[in-house]
Amino acid sequence: MALLEIRNLAVEFATARGRFRAVDGVDMTVEAGEVLGVVGESGSGKSVSMLAAMGLIGWPGKVTADVLRFDGTDLLSVSPRQRRKLVGKDMAMIFQEPMTSLNPCYPVGWQIAEALRAHHAVPKERVQHRVIELLEQVGIPDPSRRAGNFPHQMSGGMNQRVMIAMAIACKPRLLIADEPTTALDVTIQKQILDLLVDLQRQHGMGLVLITHDMGVVAETAGRVQVMYAGQMVEQQATDGLFNTPRHPYTAALLDALPERAIGRHRLPTIPGTVPGIDDRPAGCLFSPRCKFATARCAAEAPVPQAGVRCHTPLDDAGAPR
Amino acid sequence: MLIVPTFIGVTLLSFTLIHLVPGDPIEARVGERGIAPERLAALRHEFGYDQPLWKQFVDYEVQVVHGDLGVSLVTRQTVWSEFLTLFPATIELAFCAIGFAVLIGIPLGVVAALRRGTPFDYGLMGASVTGASMPIFWWGLMMILVFSVGFGWTPVSGRVSDMYFVEPWSGFMLIDCWFSDDEGACRSTLSHLILPTIVLGTIPLANFARMTRSAMLEVLGEDYIRTARAKGLSGMRVTVVHALRNALIPVVTVIGLSVGGLLGGAILTETIFAWPGVGHWIIESIQRRDYPVLQGGTLLIAIIVIGVNLGVDMLYSVLNPRIRR
Ligand SMILES: Nc1ncnc2c1ncn2[C@@H]1O[C@H](COP(=O)(O)OP(=O)(O)O)[C@@H](O)[C@H]1O
Ligand SMILES: [Mg+2]
Repeated sequence: MALLEIRNLAVEFATARGRFRAVDGVDMTVEAGEVLGVVGESGSGKSVSMLAAMGLIGWPGKVTADVLRFDGTDLLSVSPRQRRKLVGKDMAMIFQEPMTSLNPCYPVGWQIAEALRAHHAVPKERVQHRVIELLEQVGIPDPSRRAGNFPHQMSGGMNQRVMIAMAIACKPRLLIADEPTTALDVTIQKQILDLLVDLQRQHGMGLVLITHDMGVVAETAGRVQVMYAGQMVEQQATDGLFNTPRHPYTAALLDALPERAIGRHRLPTIPGTVPGIDDRPAGCLFSPRCKFATARCAAEAPVPQAGVRCHTPLDDAGAPR
Repeated sequence: MLIVPTFIGVTLLSFTLIHLVPGDPIEARVGERGIAPERLAALRHEFGYDQPLWKQFVDYEVQVVHGDLGVSLVTRQTVWSEFLTLFPATIELAFCAIGFAVLIGIPLGVVAALRRGTPFDYGLMGASVTGASMPIFWWGLMMILVFSVGFGWTPVSGRVSDMYFVEPWSGFMLIDCWFSDDEGACRSTLSHLILPTIVLGTIPLANFARMTRSAMLEVLGEDYIRTARAKGLSGMRVTVVHALRNALIPVVTVIGLSVGGLLGGAILTETIFAWPGVGHWIIESIQRRDYPVLQGGTLLIAIIVIGVNLGVDMLYSVLNPRIRR
């Protein structure tokens, strides 16, 4: 049985300018112990879809899905109280901005202890000990002193380690990491990623790694899903995706990788931006930026077939079929 | 050090204002009976009111710097001792009013923020705009008309009914009547306290509710609230432990800074309800041209307001770890 199973997930926000579908028709399956990469430019609905899975979309957002199941529990019909028993314990999430994701009013050790206490993860008298152990595990030096620090007294990298300690405190079976390194210095990024992958292997967790960096995916994920403008446009095993991308958007993302641009004069970029609330085209959402787009693409929205949402998926040579 | 200019400013202001009012203490005492002009001049000379104003002011300043606030011209008690006897009544009223405003205003603000955009939210915000601009005098008289005169539920004036004698052990009637073990006295004290508390507490209540709502709205959008929810905490715990704790930082500042306005409101409230406190005392001193009481009382209240504001700064740094070092 899959750890996380999502079918036809949609998230709609009521905004001043009408309803906006931030996520539309997303399918996702995460098996226990696997690393799934989710990539896409900023604004493509990666965060919103995973927040929806965690039950963290509040007013004015509305979540619908055909299937939304965690480890056999139907998250759509479960009571809020039951959901809270899963969230933070069996499924945990860390976020993009470590500096603002911790409460400024409490010491970091206290915030980790709170997660342990909320789920009775360890006996009361062991909580303090476990906090130190966790801080040590995520590579924070001098953990017993650091536990008393407030978030503003630590660096972004340190705070992200605290967030990770908090997320793994109750030994979750699924960890969702939403661009965990985007806000950090390049030198720290690698350390945090290595830490996540290490922890994932040690605990055998399922890991959903959200990123807009194809390079990160190549190094860590076994399977990749590509998102664009709220839709899942392609999914493949990492090797296949890098060698034979089927969706023109995936191919464009790969072309933009620095290591593939060697010998060229400048880095190719994808012209234009992800359409937002005002400028979603009819037909395929990527069509205005797609170099292979046809009249049909502009008029008619494609449905996913064999893991690709495209009228003219690319063949092994990278040409549209 | 802002103490010196503040001190001079406050005393100079009250000195100037009271001398702009026609009449002096001697005339006020004599009233309509009249007095022989020679006798009036002699008395004025005796009290020093024939001196030039600047000399009177400097003499007063020198006296205060030596720690002497003078003696009431009416009661012959020292200003300090009168203040000490009356001040607990004012604190009691102010404390109850702040408590009332905090205990009702903050939860209302929290609920409005959690239900933003609902009729409850709009209704409460409308009411709080009205409440914050409520003229105390009118509001107090309306409350008396409705609840004291109309329904006969509460007494009109004073701190406790004349039927009871409560040993003024601490000066705080709530504490004293508690220890007096006299249930009737306690009930009487509470019923005397309730209207003045509501009247004085209305403006701060409205302000606290609005302030709490906007602070909560801001905090609820913060990333760390999402983190708290992602831990699987209950909505109550997220709201109180994570959101309200942060929202209280600006709210406590507003509470502290409202103490000055509250003491101003207390003067009016005490006058309406004949509440035997410092405000009532100062208003009477104006009518009697009791210069030492007026100036000393004003000065003491100014010192208290400054002290409270300093206390707020300290509390702010306790509440906000980011400015602690
Ligand atoms: N609370 C919200 N209200 C309205 N629109 C939102 C809200 N949260 C996210 N969105 C919109 O949803 C889209 C997807 O956002 P997001 O999932 O954060 O993108 P990503 O994580 O891929 O960068 C964006 O266009 C964003 O503006
Ligand atoms: Mg995001």
